[in-house]
Amino acid sequence: MSFSDSIFWVFATTAVVPAFLILFTRSIVRMAFLLLGSLAGFAGLYLQLNAAFLGFTQVMVYIGGILILFLFGVMLTQRSDIPVREKVGPALAVPGFFAGLLLMAALLFIALQNPWKTHPPVPVTEPDTPVIGIKLLSTYILPFEAVSILLLAAMVGATYIARVQAPGAPDGQAELSDSNAEGRLE
Amino acid sequence: MSAAGVLLTGFLLLGQTADPAAPASGDAALAVAAQEAAAEASMAQGESVDIAGAARALARERGTNADQGGIWIEALWNQVIDPYLPFTVPEWLLVAVTLLLVCALVFGFINVYALFAVWLERKVSAHIQCRLGPMEVGPHGLLQSIADGIKLTAKEDIIPRLADRPLFILAPILVFTGVLMRFVPLPFGQNLTASDLDLGLFFVAAVGSVEVIGVIMAGWASNNKWSLFGTIRTATQMVSYEIPIGIAFVAVIVSAGSMSLQEIVAAQRGWFFHWYVLENPFLTVLSIVYLIASLAECKRAPFDLPEAESELVCGFHTEYSGMRFGLFFLSEYAAMYLVSAVAVVLFFGGWWTGLPFLDDLGMSPTSSPIASLLGFLLKASVFVSKAVFLVFVQVWVRWTLPRVRLDQMMHLCWKVLLPVSLVCLVGSTLWHLACGGSGLYGLPALLGF
Amino acid sequence: MTPGLFQGLQVVLSTLGAEGVPAANAAATVLESSIGLHHYLVVSALVFGIGIMVIIIRRNAIVLLMGLELILNSAGLNFVAFGKYVAADRIDGQMVTLFLIVIAAAEASLALAIILNIFNSLNTIEVDEAKSLKG
Repeated sequence: MSFSDSIFWVFATTAVVPAFLILFTRSIVRMAFLLLGSLAGFAGLYLQLNAAFLGFTQVMVYIGGILILFLFGVMLTQRSDIPVREKVGPALAVPGFFAGLLLMAALLFIALQNPWKTHPPVPVTEPDTPVIGIKLLSTYILPFEAVSILLLAAMVGATYIARVQAPGAPDGQAELSDSNAEGRLE
Repeated sequence: MSAAGVLLTGFLLLGQTADPAAPASGDAALAVAAQEAAAEASMAQGESVDIAGAARALARERGTNADQGGIWIEALWNQVIDPYLPFTVPEWLLVAVTLLLVCALVFGFINVYALFAVWLERKVSAHIQCRLGPMEVGPHGLLQSIADGIKLTAKEDIIPRLADRPLFILAPILVFTGVLMRFVPLPFGQNLTASDLDLGLFFVAAVGSVEVIGVIMAGWASNNKWSLFGTIRTATQMVSYEIPIGIAFVAVIVSAGSMSLQEIVAAQRGWFFHWYVLENPFLTVLSIVYLIASLAECKRAPFDLPEAESELVCGFHTEYSGMRFGLFFLSEYAAMYLVSAVAVVLFFGGWWTGLPFLDDLGMSPTSSPIASLLGFLLKASVFVSKAVFLVFVQVWVRWTLPRVRLDQMMHLCWKVLLPVSLVCLVGSTLWHLACGGSGLYGLPALLGF
Repeated sequence: MTPGLFQGLQVVLSTLGAEGVPAANAAATVLESSIGLHHYLVVSALVFGIGIMVIIIRRNAIVLLMGLELILNSAGLNFVAFGKYVAADRIDGQMVTLFLIVIAAAEASLALAIILNIFNSLNTIEVDEAKSLKG
């Protein structure tokens, strides 16, 4: 087993094991940090697949963006006066477990059974990044623009949905008017 | 734990160098792993590990850039040491030893620098306030930091009973890892880099987020409301200020045509007006934007809301003590050096002195080994001095300006720095297309030089 | 079916590092590296299944999102792996994953905004509790 192979095992473990542990964790914050491990493992696997740009993008977007967003969401939605209702009864856990297992088995079956027409990986001689840049603005210009518009729309939409509602809104808490005043100050 | 970290690091680097066909991507992965391992190891021993050292070894092993800068090290090994050894050194051993050596060097550099920076901070603050500052230990208190460091290691390491224990322990490691990982592509001089990634700048920007996660982890695990406030402030601030920083990066990438930190510096060779800070007016503005945003990025005054002493006790590390606190402390000073060094790379000409006759020392293939060694040392010291000067500027700013309010901080980022940097990005790109890189706002080209 | 399954099992064993078990597909060993397409597919399948389990078992909306991210990640890994080992141009797989990451970011921000809204009106983010159409 060569060194780079052993590194694959390190990253593969990092990707799978924390993901699996998410199932058995009670605290949501801990789940988020387990997800951090899994995402980092995927970033490592991308690097292992000679996709460095993708690996760093994964770190930047998932760990630097989405995960922090999750953590914010957890902090904003966990209040000591609201009891956490974790209803993981067997009625849900057993079918869920088997559904996942079934899908896993089916995917494994396909992955290992199908005679993929693989070719030996082409040795990479020069960095991908220029190629990715050129492709983004030539072959993939349409999806690129579409995704840009999607992102803009999502950003505007998310800001609108999550905006601070006017005081007197249903369920208006005392702090709402405060934060609204702050918003006006900005 | 530390032994495992060292092993893992070495392993990863080996895998990297063992496969000559592998592109820099493998490097990155290895470097990342190495750093994580290093950070782990450091934590276990209550001290930090430097990754930058590894860079040197890697640069040597891979015989990076064509410039003559670092060749003397290789020559020293190939011509003076290797032929006279009574046995053949296997390549993996060579790589592992150099790697460890490099790690040790960089770790040592960060520690020595941090000791000096803490002393500098105390002295500068004292003199700004018309005090003397530490005077007792050593001449002018120079050894005060060492005494403080010893004190810190000897302190009791307290973990609050209601804290989330695993996360509480993991958080300082993660913060320190986030800072250390960014040292991987950072140059310390010409061809003196742990690993000269072709995505170096992107790597620096991406990995910065790991630090934010670590801070959130620390604040949450402490189970303390001041910590949590500090955490939310930190996360908001760091995530926001990453954007102007990223845009400044992009503008420089456009000008240099590369994301490798070594190549960005190499592109600024020549007279000092070829430095990107004087390349065009937009880059000048962007350099200021970067300096402001980098202050916020390392949570320094006037953006020290996350740990505002008068409001939040200490912010996210209120509950930390002993060497765990020391790790936060060390990462803060390491981050100060890091953002300063990145500023030097991007805008202030890296290791170039700005005077071509000095820069050319030892650069030609015919120059003597002594000249090339001298040039190498000159460049390394120039780079580090520039970075340390910017650290001094950060200290200066800290003791000069009062802390901003939370809403002012957000206002500055989203309504001032972000639009300004966007305009400058477009402007700088157009300028680069129209005038090329003649430096000094294009005046030399205009005057016919 | 049965021999096929056995063959598949062998590959699993060989991916787990068992010595002496020949790989079912000779192409799995490329460039003296024992890591091939199958290894990545197995990782991705495992994480996909785990993501499905998380989505079905857990009731917290944010945890559901985490499961979704796991699934998206496993899909992205497949694209890159196929790009490297099967496609003519390995960049193409990376491009798809790049877009996938961007879309995941958009999806996560929108979903969290909706979750915050649900929390503001219902004081819970358990998906079972959000049953009424009128917020």
